[in-house]
Amino acid sequence: MNTTYSWIKAYVPDLDVTAQEYTDAMTLTGTKVEGFVKADADLDKIVIGQIKEIERHPDADKLLICQVDIGSEIIQIVTGAPNVNVGDKVPVVLDGGRVAGGHDGKLTPGGIEIKKGKLRGIESNGMLCSIEELGSSRELYPEAPENGIYIFQEDVQVGSSAVHELGLDDVNFEYEITSNRVDCFSVIGIAREAAATFRKQFVPPVVTATGNDEDVHDYVKVTVKDPDLCSRYTARVVKNIHIAPSPKWMQRRLASAGIRPINNLVDITNYVMEEFGQPMHAFDYDQLAGHEIVVRRAGNGEKFTTLDGQERTMDENVLMICDGEKAVGIAGIMGGENSMITDDVKTMLFEAACFDGTNIRLSSKRIGLRTDASAKFEKGLDPNNAEAAMNRACQLIEELGAGEVVGGMVDVYSAKKEPVRVTFEPEKINALLGTNLSKEEMLGYLESVELAYDAQTNEIVAPTFRHDIFRTADLAEEVARFYGYDNIPVTLPKGGATTGGKSFKMQIEQIAREVARYNGFSQGMSYSFESPKVFDKLSLPEDAPERTAIKISNPLGEDFSIMRTISLNGMLSSLAFNYNHRNKNVRLFELGNIYLPKSLPLTELPDERMQFTLGMYGEGDFFSMKGVVEEFLEHVGITGRKTYDTEQKKPFLHPGRQARILSGDAVLGYLGEVHPRTAAAYGIGEKAYVAVIDMPVVVSMASFDIKYNGIARFPAVTRDISMLVPKSVKAGQIEDLLWQRGGKLLESVDLFDVYEGIQVKPGYKSMAYKLVLRSAERTLEDADINGVMKKVWNGLEHMGIEIRS
Amino acid sequence: MNSQLQEIREQAMKRLSQADTLDLLNDVRVAFLGKKGELTAVLKGMKNISPEERPAFGQMVNDTRAAIEKQIEETKKKLEEKALECQLAAEEIDVTLPAKKNPVGHRHPNQIAQEEVERIFIGMGYEVIEGPEIEYDKYNFELLNIPANHPAKDEQDTFYITKDIVLRTQTSPVQARVMQQGKLPIRMISPGRVFRSDEVDATHSPSFHQIEGLVIDKDITFADLKGTLEEFAKKLFGEETKTKFRPHHFPFTEPSAEVDVSCFKCGGKGCRFCKGSGWIEILGCGMVHPHVLEMCGIDPEEYTGFAFGVGLERIALLRYEIDDMRLLYENDERFLKQF
Repeated sequence: MNTTYSWIKAYVPDLDVTAQEYTDAMTLTGTKVEGFVKADADLDKIVIGQIKEIERHPDADKLLICQVDIGSEIIQIVTGAPNVNVGDKVPVVLDGGRVAGGHDGKLTPGGIEIKKGKLRGIESNGMLCSIEELGSSRELYPEAPENGIYIFQEDVQVGSSAVHELGLDDVNFEYEITSNRVDCFSVIGIAREAAATFRKQFVPPVVTATGNDEDVHDYVKVTVKDPDLCSRYTARVVKNIHIAPSPKWMQRRLASAGIRPINNLVDITNYVMEEFGQPMHAFDYDQLAGHEIVVRRAGNGEKFTTLDGQERTMDENVLMICDGEKAVGIAGIMGGENSMITDDVKTMLFEAACFDGTNIRLSSKRIGLRTDASAKFEKGLDPNNAEAAMNRACQLIEELGAGEVVGGMVDVYSAKKEPVRVTFEPEKINALLGTNLSKEEMLGYLESVELAYDAQTNEIVAPTFRHDIFRTADLAEEVARFYGYDNIPVTLPKGGATTGGKSFKMQIEQIAREVARYNGFSQGMSYSFESPKVFDKLSLPEDAPERTAIKISNPLGEDFSIMRTISLNGMLSSLAFNYNHRNKNVRLFELGNIYLPKSLPLTELPDERMQFTLGMYGEGDFFSMKGVVEEFLEHVGITGRKTYDTEQKKPFLHPGRQARILSGDAVLGYLGEVHPRTAAAYGIGEKAYVAVIDMPVVVSMASFDIKYNGIARFPAVTRDISMLVPKSVKAGQIEDLLWQRGGKLLESVDLFDVYEGIQVKPGYKSMAYKLVLRSAERTLEDADINGVMKKVWNGLEHMGIEIRS
Repeated sequence: MNSQLQEIREQAMKRLSQADTLDLLNDVRVAFLGKKGELTAVLKGMKNISPEERPAFGQMVNDTRAAIEKQIEETKKKLEEKALECQLAAEEIDVTLPAKKNPVGHRHPNQIAQEEVERIFIGMGYEVIEGPEIEYDKYNFELLNIPANHPAKDEQDTFYITKDIVLRTQTSPVQARVMQQGKLPIRMISPGRVFRSDEVDATHSPSFHQIEGLVIDKDITFADLKGTLEEFAKKLFGEETKTKFRPHHFPFTEPSAEVDVSCFKCGGKGCRFCKGSGWIEILGCGMVHPHVLEMCGIDPEEYTGFAFGVGLERIALLRYEIDDMRLLYENDERFLKQF
C-alpha cells in the first residue's frame, strides 16, 4: 500500500510533520512505513517562467534563444526544444538548480546540476524542462508533449514553484499493512490512523446525496443467486455520460500515487478505489441484455473474454456477473469485453459489491488473473463500505460533470453486517498489558480510531470496517499501540520457579557433536528433501525400503520432492562439493532427521529418526572412522563390546570394507568405505569413509549412570600370544574366542601386531595379542594362568590357528 | 708408609682434577679404591705393620680413602651437572616452529546461534522441547488461529504432504502441543527446522530454523514479554543493546509486536548494515491469543502468556556478517572452519 503525504493531509489538515517523523510515529502505532520517496528529492530551483521572446540561434539551426520572465526578472535561456511559443508558461530550472534526469526519461541519482553557460556562443542562464527532466513521465502527466518542454495549460503564477504546481513537492510512503487491517488498504484508513497517531482531527470526505428524480429500480434489476459469495451488491446508473479528462487536481492526486490518469470515468473509479479501498466496476448499460444483473457461479468450462481481450476458462467456483443472457464480468476480478465502457458510452451501470475474499483469491489464482481489484477483494472487504464508495463515486460524477446520476441505489444485501460489541473491562486490559491506565485514558485511545464507547451497556462498539476487534485482547492492542508500546513497563515474569534444561535426547546429541568435533569433524547441514534420483545414485535396488519415501505434493521441483529416508546423500554431496573445491582432508558430520512413513499415502505422522552421519576423505581410514564411532558410544555409556557384522551389504559401500555396528542385538548403524562406483557418481575422487548412527537406538541404550568399581588391588599378569592365522579368520572371531575362553579372569585383549607379507607363509597372517589377566580376589598363581591359556590355545588351534609362542 | 699414603692421595687428587668425564672418574675410583687399587694394596700391606701401629695407620688409610671418596663424589656431581648442561644445550629446540595440533572440527554457525539462545533461556528456567518437522495441519495452523482458507496456508508458502499433513512452516505448533498436555505453568523454547516454499537464493531457503518461546502462567503481562525479550537481546547482542517493540499482527497472538534491536554494528547511529535506520528486526512476539488458549484447553480468564519466535539463520547471518544464506547448506570446509 502506498499513499502520498498530500493525500493524507487532505483528511488530516492539521498534520505537519517531516517524512521521517511520519515514518517513525506511524510505525510505532502499527502502520509500518517501509520507506518513502520524495518526488522532489532531486529537484531544486525550478520556477514557472513565461516566454516573452523567441529568436533563432545565429549559429545553430536547432537552438532557440528565449527571453523568459521568471517573476523577479527576465533571463535568457537557450533551448533545443521545438514546442515552445511566446506566451507559454513553462518550468524553468535556474542557475545552480537541479533536475532529476534527462529528457529521455533516464533518472540520475542525486540529480543533474544546471549551470549558466554559453551554448554555441550564446549565454544561457538556465534550462526549460520537460516532464521527464522533472523525474516524471507522460504516463502520469498525459498533457505533457512528447519530446518537448512541459507547458502549463492552466492559469499559473509566473515565478512560483513549478514543482509545487505539478504536485511534485510530495512524499510517497510505502506501508506494510498486516492482513488484519483491511481498512488500511485505503487512503481514508491510513489517514484515520495518522490522525490518531498525531492526535489531530480526522476530516474524511463528506459524501453528499446525489441523483435525479428518477428511480434506479426502473433502470435495472439485480439478482444475487449465490449470496455466500456475494454478501452485498449495489448498483447505480449514470446517464448522459460526458467523457472528458478529469480535472487537474484529480489527475495530480492519481499521478502522485503512480496511477495514470485516463478519463473522468476511469479516474473516478481509480480515485475511489484508492480513497475508500473499494473496487468498483462500470458496465455499458446499453450492452446489458434485459437491463438486468445476475450474480451466479460460472458453469464448468465456461469461456469468457475479459476486457483485455483474453479468452479465459471458468469453473463452477468462479463467481460471474451476468446480464439477462450472458456473463459480462468475472466478479471482483475483471469485467468483460462485451460490456466495457467505450468512448461512445451513453449510460453506464456502476457496481460496488462485496465478494467473498477467499473465493476471489482462489478464483484469481485458478484463472491466473490477479488485478488491482482482486487484490483488494481477496483481503475481505466491509460490505458497508460498498455503499459509501458508491455514493462517493456518484458525488464525483456530479462534481466533475461526467454525467447525470439516476436517483436511488439498487442494494442486494442479504445479511447486514452489524458492528461488534465488546464489553469494556479496563482492569483486564491493564492486567494483560502490565499497565495502570485510567478508564478515561483508554477510552481516549479507543475513540481516536472510532471505537465508540456505549456507556449504557459498558461496551466498545467496533465499526464494521474493523475486522479484527472481537474481545478484550483486541481492545488491549488498540490501547497499547496508542499509549505506546515503548511506554509499557519492563518487568520479568513472576510466578513459581521452573527448572530449565534439555531432554536426554538433546544431551546425547550434544555429546555426538562434541566427540565429532574433537575428532576433527565440522558440522554441516543439508536439506530434508531431495530428489528421488538419489536412490539410483546410491545404487539402491528397486525393492530397497529406502525407496519408500514421503512425497511433497507441491515441491519446488523434482530435486526437492521427497523427504529423505537416508542421510547419506547430503553427506556425499557435501564431500563432493569440498572435493571439487580442492579442500584437503575434509571431515564433516551432520545431525538431522530422516523421515520414514508408517504407510503411504501418509495418514499419520512419520517416524522422524535423527541420524548422526559422519563422512571424511583425506587423512584417516576405515579404522579412524570406527574409532570415532566407538568413542562416541563409550561417551554415552554404551560401553560393552561392539560387534561388527559384515553379512548385510550396503550397495553404496565397498563390499569388503563395511560393517553394521551392533551392541548386543541392537543395530546402532553402519560404517564403511564409500563404494568406488558411488564415489564416482558423486564426483569424489578419493577414498571416502562414512558412518551413520541411528540415534533413536543410541538414545534408548545410552546412560549416564556410572558406578565406581574400585582400583584393582591384586597384580595383573600379562601373556602375549603370537600366532599364524588363516587369512579368512577375522580379528573379531579371535576376540570372540578370547573373551569366551578367558572367562572372568581376562581383563583386556589388545591386538598389538598384524603382519601379512613374504615372511609369513602363504594364506596366513601373523597376529599378536596381549592378554591381561587379573583376579579381583587374589594374586593369580601359575596354575590359574596356565589353565586359562591352555583353554585359549586349544580354542585357537581349533580355528586353524598356529600358536608360535 | 705415611709418605706413600701422601703420595697416593696427591696422585689421586691430581688424576681426579684431570678427570673430565664420568668414565675417567670411574677409572680413577677403580685405580685407587678398587679391589686391586692402590689404596687397597696399601691396606693389604698392613699385615707387615706392628700391631701397635696398626690402629693409627688404619686411621690414616681411612682418612685418605675418605678424602678421595669425597673428592670423587664432588667431581662426580660436577661432571653430572656438566653432562646435564651439555644434554640440555644439545636438546634446545626452536620453539617458534609450528604447533602440532589435533585438528578440532567446527560448529555450524546456526548451531552456535542456537546454543547461545538455548543457554540464555535455560538460564531463565526454560525447558527446551522439540516437535515433529512433519506436522498435522491442525497444529501448524488450526490451533494457532489460522483457519482453513487463510492466505498464510496458501500453497505458495506451505509444502503439503497430504491435505492434513504439512512440512511445518514454523516452530509454533510445538506451542500448541505443549499447551495441550496441560502441564502448567509453561516456560519453554523449541528450536528446530521449518519449511517454506521459497526458491533458494542469497536471502531465502526452503528450509531454515526457528526458535519458538512460550510462557504460560497466571498474571503474565505484556510488560513481562518486554522484560524477557529485552533481557534476551542484551545477553545475545551485548548489555548496551536497546530494543524497540512495534505493533504487528500474528494470528496466534494479541497484542502482537515485532522487535527491533539497536544495530550492533553501529550502535544505532545508522550504517550500511542496518540500512541507515540504526535498528535491526530480529523477532516477532505477542500475548498468546485467548482463542488459542481456549482451543488448547487453557482457560484464558485464569491464565495468560506470551510467545515469541526468532529465526536462527537471521541471527547467524547478522552476527557473523554472512552475506549469502546458501553458504549455510553447502558445507564448504573453507566456510565452516571460520566458526
